[in-house]
Amino acid sequence: MTTAASAQIPRHGIRIVLIWLVLTAIAAPLIVFVLGPHLPPGNMTSEAGSQRDANVLLTALLVPIALLVVTFFVYSFVVFRNRTGGIVDGPPLFGDAGVQLLWIVLTGAIVLALAVWGSYTLIVSSHGAGGGQGPSPVDQPKGHEHALPVQVIAQQWEWTFRYPTYGGFESRDLAIPDNTLVAFHVTSLDITHSFWAYELGVKADAVPGVDDIAYVNARHTGFFQIRCAELCGLWHAHMAKKGRVLSLPAFQAWIKAAKQKNAVVQKYLAPYSDVYFPAPLRRAG
Amino acid sequence: MSATAIPVVRRPVWRRLIGFNMLTGLVLGIAGWFLGAWVGGQIAVGHDYLLGTDQNDVGAFVGYLFAVIGWLVGLGFANYPIGRLLGRPPTLRHHELGGWTRYFRLCTDHKVVGIQYLFGVGIFFFIGGLNAMLMRTELLRPIEKAWPSGQYLTLVGLHGTMMIMMTSAFILGPFGNYFVPLMIGARRMAFPRVEALTFWLTPAAGLILMSAIAFGGLPFGWTGYAPLAVEGRGGVDAYVTAFILIAISLTLVGLNLLVTIVTMRAPGMTWTRLPIFVWGVLATSVLMALAAPVLVATMTMVLMDRAANTSYFLASAGGSPYLYENLFWFFGHPEVYILALPGFGIVLEILPVFTRKPLWGYRLAVAGMVGVMLLSFMVWQHHLFVSGMNAGLRPFYMLTTELISIPTGFIFLNAMGTLWRAQIRFTVPMLFALAFFFNFLIGGLSGVFLSDVPSDVTTHGSYFVMAHFHYTIMGGLVFAFFGAVYYWLPKMLGVVLNETLAKIHFWLMFVFFNLTFMPLFAAGFLGMPRRVSAYAPHLQVLNDFVSVSAFVLGFSMLVFLANLVWSLVFARIPAAENPWASRGLEWQVPTPVPVENFERIPVIRSGPYEYGVPNAPAVADFTPAALPAAGS
Ligand code: HEM
Ligand SMILES: [Cu+2]
Ligand SMILES: [Cu+2]
Repeated sequence: MTTAASAQIPRHGIRIVLIWLVLTAIAAPLIVFVLGPHLPPGNMTSEAGSQRDANVLLTALLVPIALLVVTFFVYSFVVFRNRTGGIVDGPPLFGDAGVQLLWIVLTGAIVLALAVWGSYTLIVSSHGAGGGQGPSPVDQPKGHEHALPVQVIAQQWEWTFRYPTYGGFESRDLAIPDNTLVAFHVTSLDITHSFWAYELGVKADAVPGVDDIAYVNARHTGFFQIRCAELCGLWHAHMAKKGRVLSLPAFQAWIKAAKQKNAVVQKYLAPYSDVYFPAPLRRAG
Repeated sequence: MSATAIPVVRRPVWRRLIGFNMLTGLVLGIAGWFLGAWVGGQIAVGHDYLLGTDQNDVGAFVGYLFAVIGWLVGLGFANYPIGRLLGRPPTLRHHELGGWTRYFRLCTDHKVVGIQYLFGVGIFFFIGGLNAMLMRTELLRPIEKAWPSGQYLTLVGLHGTMMIMMTSAFILGPFGNYFVPLMIGARRMAFPRVEALTFWLTPAAGLILMSAIAFGGLPFGWTGYAPLAVEGRGGVDAYVTAFILIAISLTLVGLNLLVTIVTMRAPGMTWTRLPIFVWGVLATSVLMALAAPVLVATMTMVLMDRAANTSYFLASAGGSPYLYENLFWFFGHPEVYILALPGFGIVLEILPVFTRKPLWGYRLAVAGMVGVMLLSFMVWQHHLFVSGMNAGLRPFYMLTTELISIPTGFIFLNAMGTLWRAQIRFTVPMLFALAFFFNFLIGGLSGVFLSDVPSDVTTHGSYFVMAHFHYTIMGGLVFAFFGAVYYWLPKMLGVVLNETLAKIHFWLMFVFFNLTFMPLFAAGFLGMPRRVSAYAPHLQVLNDFVSVSAFVLGFSMLVFLANLVWSLVFARIPAAENPWASRGLEWQVPTPVPVENFERIPVIRSGPYEYGVPNAPAVADFTPAALPAAGS
């Protein structure tokens, strides 16, 4: 372990870095260009787009980190294995201060950059990224005062939707217009659910007594999946629905038809309100 | 030794069944339950929490309370305090001798408690695993076939709660209790009776949790969110009681180990010579002692909401579901590091032995563990990014969560430095330790997605989360646990485990663990929520693949079981005293380890990892002249 062995050290390091660079050079473009466009939740809304960008960037950053560690490990298994069959001591290395410092600085820099970038996308570029922000949102998109409010009411085990700007009628179907800022007001009548509109990139907990607001701006028309993302009892798995993004004229027509269809029940509805307190102590599950 | 002064009394087997032991505890426990349920019913006669049902939560809680008291009295926990009140002298000795029956009784020998823990927690681990198999059977089809949704959700809750409860003590229970005194050169733990209590509370919690099946199940997952759980049926009472018991047990485990490590180290066992596993235990103990009491408080509040008509968590009566979520995760996040830190300790303990090198960057490893410990109290709201509370604080919790990856990264650097230019031997413990790093790498990096709010909006509450935490808990802690089992069992049980079966176990477990959980990241990305008994039909191929892999993963556990039974009952090849040629203090004592551990308290001469150091002194001096002999 004297001069001959120590002459080997730099070679090992360089080899590991080279292998890693090759692997990264293969993996990174594959992730960004081949896998990236398929990463969730797609590009239907600007919020979904920002989430997908986050997923692409994180994958492209984290896979090379994983590759570095794995390369190091596998290289060590091959090169540093005990070939004698007996018990032989390795060199007594207790740790190199420079390497440790470098590692701390590097991981620290990556982490801080991630946090800054994450906060920037959350607050500035994506305005809450489609996540529920509670009754008084802090990350508001421009023109949020004129956003179309759509109330999402969860209960065991059904979603209903109310459109306060159209007389507060209630519908079991959800449709929103494209290229319009929509503000979902999510609340619950009984226990906690979570409104998850997958392709819209919206997730907001439905908490009894809370008006949980999430913004979304659809880029194009189409269908989206609605799921419940918080365990809410027996039929949690079945709180699934399809919603639609319509063009503005189609949306106006839909509103008219839906209003008519639900007119019979209108007079039995509670007046529109931000929250509806649940009936006292219902049984769950 | 003075220990030999107390004769071991030999009695016929039937006579040994009578007395203060597990059987008596069970009988008194069941009697206590009936008595308590009746008393509780009298206290709250005609007072149903939910109108129109016959459910009486006061009766349920008083029943469980009396059952626990009966169980502990039957085991003999009341004897000592009563004896002291009657003026008898204090002694531990008669709790420590007495053949195989001491494994079924209150025993204050830390080595017996360690083995009790190993088998006790192991049994619950297998029950939890069986639940997982039943769940994966259901998920073969996109729509409920095997189980109605209520039973499926009860399986989820039982599996999750059982696993979290039991794996919290998965390493500190068996290996912490058994090896910490041996590794620091002590004869016992600081509080031996408390140590016995912590173990015997565990089966009580496990059995009470399982009793939920008889009272409507626990269809609300391991998190028991209010108001769903508060309004649930009798199974909630079992869940609440079991969690309170286990949290008390964890708090006491933490305090006991903390005091032991701080005050009972042998002379010369300085903080920088402390084995890294002991550091891991120390950091975990702090988390246990500080976080578990919060769980006791939270669960007590649920208990009050159910039995005393308070309304901490009921929005309809002025309470807040957010309060529960905050309290739960203020315990829950440190809890997930209770499940990670002991694993760090184990793998870093194993690496130097099989690389024949010192642990690279010992101080960095310690800093990493302490850093994780401190930061883990500051991140809990990352579980609540889309809950609608405190949206303005999301960047803060994003930052703190991501900061944790810095100290966690230290552990990886330690491993890489230790492998560098090493003489690696791929023994079974080493294979498990190395697999830990692969799994934890994926588990940790997938956590970065969850810490980034925009990405978390997609992944929260989905199978992505479920894959992430199985990678850290099963891929991390459970792999470390098996590493420890293969590493230390020769010392604990005195027999050699069959190596071929062990390697089959390892490869099956490693390959099929990854095949089971890797696709679940994709399932989450594709929009499959957690805790569902039915899913979108296009996800069936993925789920079938996962289920089949999970069955093979379950089978690998049977290989381990077969190996254990074969080696322990049939082959019985005695283990060498130090089969791995380790420098660890625990390997320098005879097998089986004497009741007193060390004849004299050793004087520590050098660190445990000085492999390859020219002229390194022996780890310890076992016959120091100037120190007192055992038992005095
Ligand atoms: C054979 C290995 C295992 C399999 C196949 C398995 C499978 C599962 C499945 C299917 C679920 C339900 C997921 C859902 O619908 O949300 C689940 C949940 C869970 N598992 Fe496992 N699991 C395994 C091992 C473990 C281990 C070793 C632990 C911990 C030590 C663990 C802890 C949990 C927890 C905490 C939950 C969450 C329960 C909840 O949602 O409340 N699992 N597991
Ligand atoms: Cu739900
Ligand atoms: Cu957490």
